[in-house]
Amino acid sequence: MNPSMAAVGAGIRRGGIELRQTLTNAQDMWNYVFLPTVLLVVMYFLRGHKVPGTDFSLGAMSIPSVIGMQVAFGGLVILATVLIIEREDGTLLRAKATPNGMLGYLVGKVLTVSGMSLVSLAIVLVPGAFLFEGMRLDSLASWSTLAWVLLLGLVATIPVGAVIGSLLPGPRSLGFAMVPTMGLVATSGIFYPITGFPVWLQWIAQVFPIYWLSLGMRSALLPGSMAAAEIGVPGATWKPSESLDSGP
Amino acid sequence: MVLQSWRDHGKWRVRELLVHLGRYYAPYGTPGRKRPYDVDELIETVGLGEHAGKKISSLSGGQRRRMDVAIGIVGRPELLFLDEPTAGFDPHARREFHDLVHRLADLEDTTILLTTHDLDEAEKLADRILILAGGTIIADGSADQLSRRMSTKSEVRWSRDGQSFVHSDADPTQFVRELFRQYGEAISDLEVRPASLEDSYMSLVREFESGREGRAAREFEEVVG
Repeated sequence: MNPSMAAVGAGIRRGGIELRQTLTNAQDMWNYVFLPTVLLVVMYFLRGHKVPGTDFSLGAMSIPSVIGMQVAFGGLVILATVLIIEREDGTLLRAKATPNGMLGYLVGKVLTVSGMSLVSLAIVLVPGAFLFEGMRLDSLASWSTLAWVLLLGLVATIPVGAVIGSLLPGPRSLGFAMVPTMGLVATSGIFYPITGFPVWLQWIAQVFPIYWLSLGMRSALLPGSMAAAEIGVPGATWKPSESLDSGP
Repeated sequence: MVLQSWRDHGKWRVRELLVHLGRYYAPYGTPGRKRPYDVDELIETVGLGEHAGKKISSLSGGQRRRMDVAIGIVGRPELLFLDEPTAGFDPHARREFHDLVHRLADLEDTTILLTTHDLDEAEKLADRILILAGGTIIADGSADQLSRRMSTKSEVRWSRDGQSFVHSDADPTQFVRELFRQYGEAISDLEVRPASLEDSYMSLVREFESGREGRAAREFEEVVG
């Protein structure tokens, strides 16, 4: 057997083992469930409010946005955190001391983070589907859009997260990274349509992946009429290319 | 490679991690040297049989170090580095670790390079000892060779008229004979002690720390060579 293939195989198993570890760990599960629960409760109270210009519930609009945000978080923040912790405790050094260990480590980590993203997606989407009306969950197109946005989101955020994780000097500096990230969440149109914000703020949000991921998730799960609340010409449909071209 | 302290993979179980890390070595196996090590056999060798299913973070310090050795040899290396493997061990854990190193050296065709500050440990484990001071090798040989060279100067202690005396001499027999010829009955509490490897090392370290390393190293060299 070729050494690289052995390492990739070991990495795939590694992803499975780590995923099982995180899903059987009470503290990790609490981290998965806590934020989505709080958000779901808040959104549930917002279900009576309408998205301006439509008669669509603000709460239901937030569900796909939150999913998009979580995918971005998984790739950026969680991966960066894990890399910093594992650099500190010697896991990375162990990988380096093993033949092709870094390859196996990376394969494992990508799988773990992807799996974690899927889990947190389900934690929001499944209760959200029961609590809110108006999401398009019955069409194949919705699910296939969801799948490619998720995949694209992971491909886009995981390398950035890995870079952040290797550049930050230690766990303490993560706090500094979290503050601007929270700011981005607030301005990326997760909880309120981005068109309600000043134009310069819309431009800032569009530079970062949180906006694009939540936009993609909204396009997958919300009805076509909701495109009107997005950046672009009123009456536009869900076509990311159009949103890209038109701008605010 | 086994460093002084690893903290990684705390959430993994002992057997699980060894199986996982072993996979990376599978392509490197040769007919004469099967890789990786059989994991269950390996766990028994390092004495973690009862703990195979435990989480690594729940192991004690000594168990964790044996786990690290297991990880270090899972790929059946030809050369294994142990960096102060028994630092911070209690005497029981130290003894168990020494047994493990002996077993590895006997069973496997593996060269082990071990660094330690414990000369007793070096004497027990090593076939060949190198002593480093100030970045230079100042002694090189088996434990026997080193202590034989070292014992060229012995310490003679005695008391006469209630006063204690100490004298170092290369030929203690001759010295004591002279002593008795001179004072006869007046000599009591006579003690002749060959300097041990550790004594010589200690005096070297003391000299080294008081900033006269150059001279100390030279003196040591003279004593040894």
